[in-house]
Amino acid sequence: MEKHLLQIEDLHLYAGSKHVLKGISMNIPEHQIIALIGPSGCGKTMLLRSINRMHDLNPDIRIEGRILFKGKNVLDRHTDPVQLRRQIGMVFQKPNPFPKSIFKNVEYGLKINGMRHSAHIRDAVENSLKQSHLWDEVKEELDKSALELSGGQQQRLCLARAIAVAPEVILLDEPCSALDPISTAKVEETLLELKQLFTIVIVTHNLQQARRIADQTAFMYLGELVEYGPTVQMFEQPQQELTYNYLHGHFG
Amino acid sequence: MTSRRYFWNRFFEKSLAVSAFVSIATLLGIFLLLAIHSWRAFERIGLGEFFSLNAWNPAAYDTPSYGIGALLLGTALTTLGATAIAAPIGVGMAFFLSEIAPLWLRNLLKPIVELMAAVPSVVMGFVGIVLVGPFLARVFGLPNGLNALNGSILLAFMALPTVISISEDVVQAVPRAYKEASYALGANRWETLTRVTLPACYSGLLAAIMLGVGRAIGETMTVLMATGNATAIPQGFFSSVRTITATVAIEMGEVPTGTTHYYALFACALVLFLITLTINFAAERVAARLRKRGQ
Ligand SMILES: Nc1ncnc2c1ncn2[C@@H]1O[C@H](COP(=O)(O)OP(=O)(O)OP(=O)(O)O)[C@@H](O)[C@H]1O
Ligand SMILES: [Mg+2]
Repeated sequence: MEKHLLQIEDLHLYAGSKHVLKGISMNIPEHQIIALIGPSGCGKTMLLRSINRMHDLNPDIRIEGRILFKGKNVLDRHTDPVQLRRQIGMVFQKPNPFPKSIFKNVEYGLKINGMRHSAHIRDAVENSLKQSHLWDEVKEELDKSALELSGGQQQRLCLARAIAVAPEVILLDEPCSALDPISTAKVEETLLELKQLFTIVIVTHNLQQARRIADQTAFMYLGELVEYGPTVQMFEQPQQELTYNYLHGHFG
Repeated sequence: MTSRRYFWNRFFEKSLAVSAFVSIATLLGIFLLLAIHSWRAFERIGLGEFFSLNAWNPAAYDTPSYGIGALLLGTALTTLGATAIAAPIGVGMAFFLSEIAPLWLRNLLKPIVELMAAVPSVVMGFVGIVLVGPFLARVFGLPNGLNALNGSILLAFMALPTVISISEDVVQAVPRAYKEASYALGANRWETLTRVTLPACYSGLLAAIMLGVGRAIGETMTVLMATGNATAIPQGFFSSVRTITATVAIEMGEVPTGTTHYYALFACALVLFLITLTINFAAERVAARLRKRGQ
């Protein structure tokens, strides 16, 4: 039996008076890639941000239910969100590099996590930039401002920044939406490699991408989890008509 | 229909152009007035003497002397002091208000800060004489507390509302996405504040400080009352100093028109005008660079 790193139990989320997530339950096994798919506005980002407590910053959002990470409830008041986020990293939907140099963008998280030795830092920066397939493009100009990179390069920098601190889970919100097919392929390759080290939850609008890399796929619709299971089964024999229609583009 | 709208569009365009022209013309007019009168002073005194450390003693019976060195130093000293006090307090306060303070405290403090701006400069000068002065004299064991430091403290207080409110805008303009990125990497609130939010607004804060202090330089009444007004070369913050503004304000009313002294005061005003213009211009440049980077 596979081990469940994350267990989401009957999760409800309200943004103001709006009921956004309506009782989501799903188990996320270790060292796999889990794809979240579903039409725009169905709550994928909201679900992802619940897992690393990003909603703490927004007082309008209320969450009910449980998210167990290694058996401990993430949403519990006594769980330290700072510690939690060191174990559960995130890449946001919109690239958000710091207005600092490329090098410093990656260095920041390392320093925050207590790495002091500059040689170690340099190695770690190089490694993670290589893993996110950005190294070759920026190795000559690590001191350049990250804001001068293209959107796709910025997103890969954010990925590098997230994996540099070696979390156990990485949450990715449409990391490839601004990437060309070649960089997308590179990032996918990276994710498949990183699966050995991390558990990956990825939101994507690209169904082919889910099919290519995900072990499990979850289909969400209007705040509900319609279907969740092994990717192959999901794409070949969906259990729900709604899923079938979405996967075949008969929607709306 | 269209022609009427056209008319009004043209009308507003033209009136904007006129008002822009009027303000530029006024500025230019002031500059020319000062420059022409100053020219007389420079002719008679000589630039070397004017910018020298010789005493400012235009009313002397036998040999009047016109060095503004000491006055410039007095202005520089009070301004620097005011900056050194207002910058950390103003920026710290802005950060506290927008990032740390709970809502109720913020709602309590904001109006107080705004009220600070409403204190007339004469009242501040008064405070300098009856409160700050005796306090400084007591703490530092001085014969009296009317000195550069006193002026600096008061000017800092007057610059604070500007520094605080502009800094606060700057801090709040930092995109939320930067903070989220920092939190998502496992940074705590303090790390996010000092290593992400603060560096992201350096140049904006610089502009806020310069605008606050630029305003303070012109505060004649306060400095005039609180700094002791000695025209000697200041030795430090405990020296009594006289600033350029104070000099013009004190002497302009009594000086006979057309004398060298009279023109020398215009030259003082010209120097002051150029200093504040430079500071405001520099602050604008910094702010513009910031806006460009924000896009
Ligand atoms: N700050 C907010 N306040 C209120 N409602 C919000 C807020 N942010 C999002 N929502 C609502 O929550 C719902 C889910 O949004 P979410 O961002 O999770 O969608 P998504 O599935 O990620 O969509 P997309 O694919 O377009 O990114 C939407 O209906 C949206 O209107
Ligand atoms: Mg989204």
